Amino acid sequence: MDAAVAGLRRLLRLILSVAATFLGLTLVTFVIGRLIPIDPVLAVVGEHAAPSVYRAARARMGLDLPLSVQYLRYLRQILHGDFGTSVITGQPVLTDLLHVFPATVELSLAALLIGLGLGIPLGVLAATRRGGAIDQAVRLLSLFGYSMPVFWLGLIGLLVFYARLGWVAGPGRLDVGFEDMVPERSGLLLLDSALAGQWDVMANAAAHLLLPAAILGLLSLAFIARMTRSFMLGQLSQEYVLAARAKGLSRRRVVWVHGLRNIAVPLITVIALTFGSLLEGAVLTETVFAWPGLGLYMKNSLFNADMNAVIGGTILIGVVYIGLNLLTDLLYPLLDPRADTGARR
Amino acid sequence: MKPVGWQAWLLTETPGGRAQARAGRWYRNLRRFARNPLAMSGLFVVLALIAVALAAPLLAPARAVVLQALPDRLLPPSLAHPFGTDELGRDLYARVVFGARITLSIVAMVALIVLPIGLGIGLPAGYFGGWIDLVLMRLTDIFLAFPRLILALAFAAALGPGIRNAVIAIALTAWPPYARLARAETLSLRAREFVLAAELQGASAWRILRTQILPLCLPSVIIRLTLDMAGIILTAAGLGFLGLGAQPPSPEWGAMVASGRDVLLDQWWVATIPGLAIFVVSLGFNLLGDGLREIFDPRAA
Repeated sequence: MDAAVAGLRRLLRLILSVAATFLGLTLVTFVIGRLIPIDPVLAVVGEHAAPSVYRAARARMGLDLPLSVQYLRYLRQILHGDFGTSVITGQPVLTDLLHVFPATVELSLAALLIGLGLGIPLGVLAATRRGGAIDQAVRLLSLFGYSMPVFWLGLIGLLVFYARLGWVAGPGRLDVGFEDMVPERSGLLLLDSALAGQWDVMANAAAHLLLPAAILGLLSLAFIARMTRSFMLGQLSQEYVLAARAKGLSRRRVVWVHGLRNIAVPLITVIALTFGSLLEGAVLTETVFAWPGLGLYMKNSLFNADMNAVIGGTILIGVVYIGLNLLTDLLYPLLDPRADTGARR
Repeated sequence: MKPVGWQAWLLTETPGGRAQARAGRWYRNLRRFARNPLAMSGLFVVLALIAVALAAPLLAPARAVVLQALPDRLLPPSLAHPFGTDELGRDLYARVVFGARITLSIVAMVALIVLPIGLGIGLPAGYFGGWIDLVLMRLTDIFLAFPRLILALAFAAALGPGIRNAVIAIALTAWPPYARLARAETLSLRAREFVLAAELQGASAWRILRTQILPLCLPSVIIRLTLDMAGIILTAAGLGFLGLGAQPPSPEWGAMVASGRDVLLDQWWVATIPGLAIFVVSLGFNLLGDGLREIFDPRAA
């Protein structure tokens, strides 16, 4: 088959699948919005409104239309970035989301860096010394990681490293005295304080970030180390490894340069998946660490029955998920030319 | 040493019939499983959870779960209160013991909902193929692309807090991997001779799915379920921690951790002990699932 046609087909299929997933996401959130036991009309007109007033309000809110029409209206609103107004903050939900999301991104990115920085070397070592002490340790560590309630680990971490040992700063993103000292540009505190040259703010932010990021990162470490191990094992049995060794290259060089380069592509998928699950884990971690990000925002909205905010947050994370999946699908053929030829089924 | 008696009967290379061959295979798998210490400890934890849940009224007085004794608030672990007491003076030991019932029932209910949905979507998709497969798998992919905890959170928020709604929320987000797995197994089975033979005999699709394909799909689906149990327990505990799962005064472990949060720095045991229970139980399910997978599906291990 012609490569260009095949590529176009792939792209078309990708676009269709992204669109279908997005529609599914909005459909589910639409249904969730209809499930609330609270009558939205009553919330507006009050309990003792006359039937005519009630009907008028219902019509004004578009709730008398067929469900399919309501859904299409809803979809149009979302595509325009209109998630409604938050009951708690009184601001458009989108404004709120954009304000809190960078804190979550900063936390998840730091966690991802910790997970990758430790997970990849551990995974490689486990693969090269299969059955050895490191291999066993990685296996145990990942079992622990998969079984650990992250909110509990966060509390224990606070108890030990903050309260008892005093190695890290407590909950929140900054000490009270440091708040509002740097202008908000990216919303990532480490970056903003560095840009402003406020090094003491940056140090304080880092001290606050370290523990939650480490707790969250530990969980991703489990997955990353395990996947790196199995990818690397797959590479080590390949013939090019044998050839490179026969050529006289050191074992270390073959593993860390040739092997690592070859597992880079599947690792990208793992990283994207991990980042998605970190965003999710952030909801619980943020609650424990009073970290003012998306998770804490959603949690507070949940308890004030602020459904617009909850659904807005759900859609935001869902869209990031879809975006991450798309990104890996697009990066794959770029990094691994084999994946783009007709050789794939 | 040559096996004798019933062992010889089980381990013989020339079984006298189907029943003996089947029993022999089970026995061999059992012996392999028993040699794996991690898997055995996982099995032990899971059995212990079931035993504690069943025997809870024998292990602790049921009324101690909600019995408030304000003079006994926040007592450290002692002989009278092995795990200490919480902020309302309730005995944490009794609450953790009865919490096992909640955890077990959540897991069981999620499994009971997820299995039929997953099999109900995966089996027809794999067997009929064509547009049925396309539609069903597209649906599955869409649900698979969702952030699980967040969606469960939104569902629980919309339906209102409570165990029943938490179970529904978790189940709604947990079924897609089972549909995929069931479909893959069905695809590999549907062209096999015994299925063709049944088709030629005029068996209906429903009958073939039920009698020929379903029994062979079940083992891998159940192993997957065991491995998933830890995730289900953690999600349920997370919802409980956020206040969206079981409501007070129910002794749900996640909610207990949340209530111990405020006194964490001075009375560590209130939050630590229920959290430890969550960790041990989900570790148990993970170890058990890992061991089962190694026996039944050596490729993935």
